[in-house]
Amino acid sequence: MTSLDILQETYIALSSNKVRTGLTMLGIVIGIGSVIAMVSIGQGAKAQIQSSIEGLGSNLLTILPGVVQPGRGLVSSGRGSAQSLKNEDATAIQQIDGIAALSPELSRRFQVSAPTGNNTNTTVNGVLPAYITVRNLTVADGNFLTDASVRSISREAVLGANVAKDLFADAEPVGKTIRVNNAIFRVVGVLTAKGGAGFSGPDDLVIVPLSTMQKVLSGVDYLSALYVSVTDKDQMNSVRDVITETLLEKHRVSEADFSIISQEDILGTLSQVVNTFTLFLASIAGISLVVGGIGIMNMMLTTVTERTKEIGLRKAIGAKSSDINTQFLVEAIMLTFIGGFVGIVLGWSIASAVTYLGIVQTQVSLSSILLAFGVSAAIGIIFGYYPARRAGKLNPIEALRYE
Amino acid sequence: MIEIKDVTKTYSSGDLAFQALRGVSFTIADGEFVAIMGPSGSGKSTLMHILGALDTPTSGKYFLDGKDVSTLTDDELADIRRDKVGFVFQAFNLLPRATVLRNVMLPLVYEGIEKEERVKRAESALKAAGLDEAHFSHLSNQLSGGQIQRVAIARALVNNPTLILADEPTGNLDTKTGEIVLGTFQRLNEEQGRTIILITHEPDVAEHAERIIHIKDGLILSDSKKHTRKIINKKQ
Ligand SMILES: Nc1ncnc2c1ncn2[C@@H]1O[C@H](COP(=O)(O)OP(=O)(O)OP(=O)(O)O)[C@@H](O)[C@H]1O
Ligand SMILES: [Mg+2]
Repeated sequence: MTSLDILQETYIALSSNKVRTGLTMLGIVIGIGSVIAMVSIGQGAKAQIQSSIEGLGSNLLTILPGVVQPGRGLVSSGRGSAQSLKNEDATAIQQIDGIAALSPELSRRFQVSAPTGNNTNTTVNGVLPAYITVRNLTVADGNFLTDASVRSISREAVLGANVAKDLFADAEPVGKTIRVNNAIFRVVGVLTAKGGAGFSGPDDLVIVPLSTMQKVLSGVDYLSALYVSVTDKDQMNSVRDVITETLLEKHRVSEADFSIISQEDILGTLSQVVNTFTLFLASIAGISLVVGGIGIMNMMLTTVTERTKEIGLRKAIGAKSSDINTQFLVEAIMLTFIGGFVGIVLGWSIASAVTYLGIVQTQVSLSSILLAFGVSAAIGIIFGYYPARRAGKLNPIEALRYE
Repeated sequence: MIEIKDVTKTYSSGDLAFQALRGVSFTIADGEFVAIMGPSGSGKSTLMHILGALDTPTSGKYFLDGKDVSTLTDDELADIRRDKVGFVFQAFNLLPRATVLRNVMLPLVYEGIEKEERVKRAESALKAAGLDEAHFSHLSNQLSGGQIQRVAIARALVNNPTLILADEPTGNLDTKTGEIVLGTFQRLNEEQGRTIILITHEPDVAEHAERIIHIKDGLILSDSKKHTRKIINKKQ
């Protein structure tokens, strides 16, 4: 029996009861479709998180006071531990080899208002000029803070794009004044908008000199974070170790009262969360695939019973068990294969719709399509095997007598 | 060459056992035209299935062309049916959703014959069985009883079998078409030397054979050569 004959037999068999064939396929269509959609949404979400974290600078180390485990928040904050980072620590770290730039910062939330009467409650960051390079930001309008502004404890501010919009609407903010916690600041620049995906949200910041923040606004001398950009990405770990040692020595403690987090840590944790979530969704979809497979098996068993006489006849005129076996197995595989193809189209459409609606930028990868085809063929083989074997093993005489 | 020795066939379902054949022996030489007669339930169809390698005897021996059929595997039996045997079943057993042509071509599909060759051979078998060309592309469930019978005969002839087994092939035909079919068998027997075993309970039909075996209750009653055989002259 040639492959063309088998395909023709399969076509005749499947098209002779189109409604049943269609309904059986639907199980596979839904299963494969939801797997494709879930996986592509998951992959898209992961890529989006990855790019927004990498946008922060992939060779960035964040030093925080207190002990923080990435993804779990503050674990132990002994009394005063949140104040463990000081300006001297920044000076000490500055001496370490392999550090490209360093940006200490102290951030607090304050009420900020403009002369127009608009006001907003937002994060105010006290920083050094290095901040803009370390955090990968650019100025859209005006200038960033200078060493002189830090030295002279000047009351200058740079606004994030959203804050500028909130306070001044469409008017030009540079040169105007704002009021932060009752102190008057002059706006010297506005940051380029970075889009909504950022984590520390540079669009929603007001940036002032660190010295001004510590002495005028908050009246404290510690830091809330220290950002270190490392010269060579491959040296992240060794630089991290040296910083740890330096700080331990400086704080005269044996157990760290600070945490050093790399972007990779954050990325790893978040990717893990997204992966777990994707896996969870995909396994629900996988269950529907198994149910679809059982539907295929059910239909094939019914078909074999219905066509017992036909099987007997085919055997009587010279078909071998293997011919019958192949014919029914191909029928099952064809069912799942067509179902899988329609499912891929469906999943792809769902993914495209999600992208189009701007929810997540989805990615339908070639590997997930190949996997879907593989899985649907495998389901055909697994769930078609038993009915096909049963058909092949029928005794021709008994089959011919079957009514 | 067909040689069976003390063949028995016992059907058992649960505790009940029924002996359909109770020790049958005979020899049929190549090119013979034999009729097997007997009342209903005497074991004719059972015997035919064994002779056609579709079933195996419960005990006894069956040699087909010198080969012991009772020791063959299922696949080897399938090969014999495919290459040597043509069946016309009592119940015809056509595929209802397939066309006449496709039904007749089916044995050739399993033989792996090229499509064009298949069509050619199926058409000539249908013509030999006396079916009008207008019906070739009809679905087989759109045919009359007599037409179905002729399609079944064509399917039995299409693989050029050396042994043709026909179970009541003229049962549904009027005398005239019955004669045509019997004439076809006689021609295949005379001109091409094929062995033909015809099962019937009509003495009139059995008259066309050169030898008649009577069976009853699974045993042979008589086995005799005919001297006054009916020959249908088909020299048109
Ligand atoms: N698969 C089977 N299981 C049980 N008994 C069977 C089976 N096949 C046939 N028989 C019995 O064996 C006997 C012989 O059956 P068979 O079909 O050979 O008869 P037959 O001579 O062809 O009759 P008919 O002329 O009516 O076709 C019958 O009594 C039948 O009931
Ligand atoms: Mg019978």
